[in-house]
Amino acid sequence: MTTTLVPGPPRGAPRSRGARRTAVAWLFLAPFAVVFLLYTAIPTVAALGFSLTDLRGTDLRHPLAVDFTGLTNFVRLFQDTTFLRDILNTALFVAVGVPLTMAIGFVLALVLNSGIRRLRGTFRTVFFAPVVTNVVAVALIWQYAFQADGTVNQALGAVGLAGPNWLDDPNLAMPVVILLGVWRNFGTAMVLFLAGLQAVPEDVYEAASLDGAGRWRQLRHITVPLLLPTTLMVSVLLTVFYLQVFDEPYLLTNGGPLGSTESVALYTYHQFGAGEFGMSSAASFVMLLMVALVSLVQFRMLRPRS
Amino acid sequence: MTTVAALRNADTATDRTARPRRSVARPLLYGALALCALLTLLPFLWVISGSLRSLAEIRSDPGAWLPHHVTLDNFVRLFRTEGFGRFMVNSVVVAVIVVAGNIVAASAAGYALAKLDFAGKRIAFGAVMAAMMVPFTAVFVTQFVITVDLGLADTLTGIALPGVATPMSVFIMRQYAASIPDELLEAARIDGAGEFRIFFRIFLPLAGPALATITIMSFLTSWNNFIWPLIVAQSMSSYTLPVGLAATSQAAAHVTDYGLTLAGALVVMLPVLLLFLFLQRYFVQGVSGTGMR
Repeated sequence: MTTTLVPGPPRGAPRSRGARRTAVAWLFLAPFAVVFLLYTAIPTVAALGFSLTDLRGTDLRHPLAVDFTGLTNFVRLFQDTTFLRDILNTALFVAVGVPLTMAIGFVLALVLNSGIRRLRGTFRTVFFAPVVTNVVAVALIWQYAFQADGTVNQALGAVGLAGPNWLDDPNLAMPVVILLGVWRNFGTAMVLFLAGLQAVPEDVYEAASLDGAGRWRQLRHITVPLLLPTTLMVSVLLTVFYLQVFDEPYLLTNGGPLGSTESVALYTYHQFGAGEFGMSSAASFVMLLMVALVSLVQFRMLRPRS
Repeated sequence: MTTVAALRNADTATDRTARPRRSVARPLLYGALALCALLTLLPFLWVISGSLRSLAEIRSDPGAWLPHHVTLDNFVRLFRTEGFGRFMVNSVVVAVIVVAGNIVAASAAGYALAKLDFAGKRIAFGAVMAAMMVPFTAVFVTQFVITVDLGLADTLTGIALPGVATPMSVFIMRQYAASIPDELLEAARIDGAGEFRIFFRIFLPLAGPALATITIMSFLTSWNNFIWPLIVAQSMSSYTLPVGLAATSQAAAHVTDYGLTLAGALVVMLPVLLLFLFLQRYFVQGVSGTGMR
């Protein structure tokens, strides 16, 4: 390269030092950047591309044979009663699961923060344990506990009630699946609420106490409003998480009976399993949009008015 | 990271709301909490009790609470089951790759994002934050295709690779690096130390707590990961424990061998639960620090 027409900056000049600094920094970032490009950036863009084609699992060896089909997959999706039912199932999971998880988490956090002094750490550890537990292992226990002659029905039998066959009943399977989701996640909500409660300054309560505000009024007028940012974060987090619910329905019922517990994520997985990569990607994009939309709406609704 | 600071305080703080309570309320409160704790722990107690019962006992009385005769037979049979030892080794190998990858990639990236000045920094940090929001279900099809293209389908590397550089680890590391005073690094720079030397000699030795959090979080995620190994592993030789357990239990369901399944469930749960008992502070920090999982 002896005949360079446009000379670069001379060695040692400030610009070159900046370039060197940038090069060093990107060297630090390289391991993360490579994995990020390969497994997040490219897949996200490619998923949109896939959703506009009729790509099937069997086409992977000769991708040129794949046809661009535009929005056909999306049209098919919204004509598919299975998919619409799965959206409703997922919405039900969110509508019941999120408030229930938050309520349990909030009450426990409140009690652990102010009601008791001893054993606080022990209780926190116990309530958080489900969060770290392997879902496959727990789902198996759940399955055995809720079978026709399982522990739950034996307990019901002890008080004279005949228990149903929970996971084979289209009306009862979903509550059991939701219950597993709530059991796994209320610990996360509790820990986040605890952190929020610890950040509320103590003198606010003291001042209110001096003004004659009782415990209930303090809860309503101090704790709840000051916890609004935490509440927002927890509700967005859980909604986004429950919108993608997969493990619980897959492991307990694989979407059955009669599709009553099939979620959108499970639909995506089933389409993938059937080799319909284009349809699967389209469904996953609908989910991506739902996640984005919900986050946006919740942020708008819960934004503190000041 | 205010939540992390708050939680550190939560461990040391005495009762901050030391207002007087009526003496009747407290025992009631403890009673209610104990009941909640029992309900939370029921699945754990049940799996322990069930895994210690003989097959005959489980068959004759599947819903019973306590074993009549304690036996380790289920565990003996479990470890004789074809593949189970293999699943365990696979899970350990994948976890080691994931943890090592996170330590290397996240500490370097976190340090650069917090302490170095360079072109494209804002874009890089934006990408890390955006990556945390992308739902797995939106990308697994294309991730699978890429893994196939790389020739890594049905391999342990293919199972581990997407998890070796998680944005959450980078985020935790960046927040931690930002809390280290610049003067410390400036002094070394003036003494002529290069960036790599500063990173290895000054930053890493100080990063212990953040590295511990990353190690635990990425081990937990890898050990419990189910859907991705389920997609990538196509033969028993590359199953991890959760995938293997799901497969064995489906097979065992035909012969209603619950004892075997429950023993397997306990073996899968145990490492994380033991780790959690000793290091729960770091687990809690990892979850509350980012509000992410």
